Amino acid sequence: MHAVLHAFASPSAFRQAIPDVWSGFLINVHMMVIAEALVLVLALLIAVVRGLPGRGAKPLRGLAILYTDFFRGTPLTIVAYVCILGLPGLGYGILKNASSEALGIVALTVVYTAYVTEVYRAGIESVHGSQRMAARSLGLSYGQALRYVVLPQAIRRVIPPLLNDFIGLQKDTAIIGAIGVTEAAAQANNFANSYFNFTGFLVGAVFFIYLTIPLARFTDHLIRERELRERAAMV
Amino acid sequence: MSADANGHAFVSLEGVTKRFGDLEVLRKVDLEVGEHNVVCLIGASGSGKSTLLRCINLLERVDEGEIVVDGQSLTTGKVDVNAVRRKVGIVFQAYNLFPHMTVLQNVMLGPRKVRGLGRGRSEAVARELLGRIGLESKADEYPDRLSGGQQQRVAIVRALAMDPELMLLDEITSALDPQLVSEVLQLVRELSEVGMTMIIATHEMSFAREVADKVCFLDNGVICEQGPPEEIFSNPQEPRTREFLARIIEAGRL
Repeated sequence: MHAVLHAFASPSAFRQAIPDVWSGFLINVHMMVIAEALVLVLALLIAVVRGLPGRGAKPLRGLAILYTDFFRGTPLTIVAYVCILGLPGLGYGILKNASSEALGIVALTVVYTAYVTEVYRAGIESVHGSQRMAARSLGLSYGQALRYVVLPQAIRRVIPPLLNDFIGLQKDTAIIGAIGVTEAAAQANNFANSYFNFTGFLVGAVFFIYLTIPLARFTDHLIRERELRERAAMV
Repeated sequence: MSADANGHAFVSLEGVTKRFGDLEVLRKVDLEVGEHNVVCLIGASGSGKSTLLRCINLLERVDEGEIVVDGQSLTTGKVDVNAVRRKVGIVFQAYNLFPHMTVLQNVMLGPRKVRGLGRGRSEAVARELLGRIGLESKADEYPDRLSGGQQQRVAIVRALAMDPELMLLDEITSALDPQLVSEVLQLVRELSEVGMTMIIATHEMSFAREVADKVCFLDNGVICEQGPPEEIFSNPQEPRTREFLARIIEAGRL
């Protein structure tokens, strides 16, 4: 028992590992913030494209479906390998010189955009058709009805599942560490290799948990608030 | 052709047919509505009243026939759908207020985004209308804080804020508690008094009798009988109209 504690949760190793793992963790946070911002915008765009009406928009809708099907089904690890190790090999200017971290952000963005597109889409579909009809009947165009009436209601409804996906994204930044970005998990691994002690991983886990718990509680709070509001509206 | 005391027809429908798949919801409907006139559509649920109104607002496309509003055909050639809707307001049974906007924002949306009025001007229009229905104090509330009758009155002024030339009212009191019906009908009565052209689908027979210049009885997608209210209600010619009204009287609603 003592040996286990020493190898995985030694107080002295814990203190010793903090600086390196922390510096790695800042990279996780950095990747996460940029990827999340990109995902929010791109996923909304693709969700809107997927909902476009009419025969003329059929090819665009098809592309959006293809995108979400493909990247929702592909493991992040594979996408990350291709982005980080494959893209620079193409030899194009920006890609050749891009850092592994930047390419890792691309991989995270591409995969999570596919998930979040579906979340947005569910939100858009949950807004009753009569809302869009009421907006159109006032003379608002398709785009105006979407922008002022449908999307504000849809986005409000999907904030909890959206935050849930972002918790997943935060943790998955560690996968990028396996492919040459020295973020928290990679730092912990270096620590383990140098000192034959795994406590660095515990340090990394604690950092991630500290980041996730407030977000999880905030999500719970939003869900509870909405339940109360809906119950009040039913009275 | 019809009883248009005030001259030319503002709205005219000719041979309007609408199908949903194999189901014919409207069959060769002819109807004329004079300017400043009020036409009430009566008939059982599913007789085609709502669909008829939706066709005039272009929320549904007709399969055959022609609809002309204010001299402009809605069914032939290229139609600017949004321009038509600017002139033709519609109010729904379920109010359909926008729940994420305050009452004021609901009423301001059309003037601001469609009529292109500035923020200040739109707000003035909205507050003036809300004042007229006695709900100015509710301007900053969200719709779910209002009673059904209040919500429906807000929905009516939201349509009025577009300054429409024609109002379509689709069973606007059917979802209301009985004690809230009269405040909504009073507002409609006031609109008819100031000369608003209206087509009203309704189950409120005594109200139809009071405000309508013309009553049309729809049955199975066909206008079975139309005429001045006193004729339709007191001396209906068609057996089906008589049967419908007999059932209404039986239910104590006339």
